[in-house]
Amino acid sequence: MILERFNDAAKRGVYSLQEFFVLAGKALGFIFVKPFYASDLFQQMDAIGVGSLGIVLLTGFFTGMVLALQSSVQLQTFGASDYIGRLIAGSMIRELGPVLAGLMVAGRVGSGIAAQLGSMRVTEQIDALNTLGTDPIKKLVTPRVLAALVMLPVLTIINDFIGILGGNVIARFYLGKPSALYWKTVFEQMLAGGFTLHYIPNDFIQGLVKPFVFGGIISLVACYYGLKTTGGTEGVGISTTRTVVTASILILVVDYFLTQILLSIFPQ
Amino acid sequence: MTDEEDRRKQQGERRHPSDKDETAMPRRAHDSSRVRAAIRTELEEVAEESLGTQTETRPVPRVISVENVTLSFEETVLENVSFAARSGETICIVGESGTGKSTILKLLLRLLIPDQGRVAIDGEDITHLTFDDALKVRQKMGMVFQGAALFDSMTVYENVAYPLREHTDLQEDEIEARVREKLEFVDLEPHKVMEQLPSELSGGMKKRVGIARGLANNPEIMLYDEPTSGLDPLTTATITYLILKLQRELGVTSIVVSHDIRSSFRMASKIALLANKRIGFFGTPEEMTGSDDPYIREFLGGF
Repeated sequence: MILERFNDAAKRGVYSLQEFFVLAGKALGFIFVKPFYASDLFQQMDAIGVGSLGIVLLTGFFTGMVLALQSSVQLQTFGASDYIGRLIAGSMIRELGPVLAGLMVAGRVGSGIAAQLGSMRVTEQIDALNTLGTDPIKKLVTPRVLAALVMLPVLTIINDFIGILGGNVIARFYLGKPSALYWKTVFEQMLAGGFTLHYIPNDFIQGLVKPFVFGGIISLVACYYGLKTTGGTEGVGISTTRTVVTASILILVVDYFLTQILLSIFPQ
Repeated sequence: MTDEEDRRKQQGERRHPSDKDETAMPRRAHDSSRVRAAIRTELEEVAEESLGTQTETRPVPRVISVENVTLSFEETVLENVSFAARSGETICIVGESGTGKSTILKLLLRLLIPDQGRVAIDGEDITHLTFDDALKVRQKMGMVFQGAALFDSMTVYENVAYPLREHTDLQEDEIEARVREKLEFVDLEPHKVMEQLPSELSGGMKKRVGIARGLANNPEIMLYDEPTSGLDPLTTATITYLILKLQRELGVTSIVVSHDIRSSFRMASKIALLANKRIGFFGTPEEMTGSDDPYIREFLGGF
């Protein structure tokens, strides 16, 4: 009896995973297939990118400040507080920028996408699209995935910059380090990791591959749960919660493995 | 009347929707008795006409045919279900709630594929079509959903224009003309509703916009899922009248899923009663009322 239940649960799990990858494959494949829903794409880029700018600026700035504040204590112990810019730039660009932007967007945009598609599912709007001869994946999923793939790296760049700026504020007014010194160490850090193709700092590649992957994870997980919604408005709530939980966990787990892979490709 | 004459008569009835009757429905329910009288006259006329032609529909081709369809999810929903609709007919599928009536519409749209049996539209078996070919077959059909299923991020205009933008190369002014025409056909005033969002409309208006959207591409088949559920008696009569008007003026073949037996009797050429996963009865409303099958008698109890 227990074995049977376990077996059923495993089957369901594998089936869901298969469904997810089929959705991902179709959504990404449709990027290159006409008709292109350009207006939907721009609308989504606006919603995901411009819409998330506020929370990304806010979280980035305060994270940069608190990071500078906490590490200043440690660095002072070793008399290394001149290098605070290196520490902030390294952590923001490689790790905190992408992950924080990812988590914020998962909460704000992921939940929104899941709720919207979920409501469309339960009010038969998805069936209506199908009936009117439109593939809902092409019309709804592809623009959202593409918009997230493009906008998350952009948000991350902004997040990195504003975080480093937050660090600058603490270095200048709390530690009394001149801004010129702070930014000199920031640039030193950026260039220290080596270059790809002579000009692109390896840190940038690390810092931009991650948000690109996170953008895909957030949008696909949200669309998957949204389209799978059943059970009326309660179902919409469940889909939204599942999206935020799954996307956030996946971001943190995938971040670890991505870092491993990227470090082996671009050794410091 | 010969077969040829009969066919010509049917063709003649495919009038342009803008050729509206002088006796068309009053626009709004300022005077409910006037509305009711108009509906009664319309319904009686149509009933008389359909009575006159029913016995001679044999040469008209089958537009929809469902043959021995069985479908199961976790348990069996439909078992050996068969029925057919000829061009211009209105088939009402009635039955208790949860008997799989709406599932039949999804089979016709090929949103679901039967486990066994065959579903054919215009003689073409749609059960084994690829996803893209199925999208093409769906363009022959217009569907009106139970909750209207209007896209709530778009205005009424954009909703009705949607199938045109998706599947035709019409210019913007042609699209606008078509949208106006369809909104007028469902007795809505285009200039008043076009820029409104679905959330600003009443239930009956949403249904009518849903019908207009279904009609936008001039489909040969219309499918209705519970078109009169949750509406007041007056709006119910208006929607029933619209479905009849479509059949009469445009010769559209319709499948109506409903548990509203009263409206179904008013508009149906034939009624299919779905009971215990099977079609328990398929025939004209008159045959149904004349039946002495105990289940049918019980089902019609209140009627």
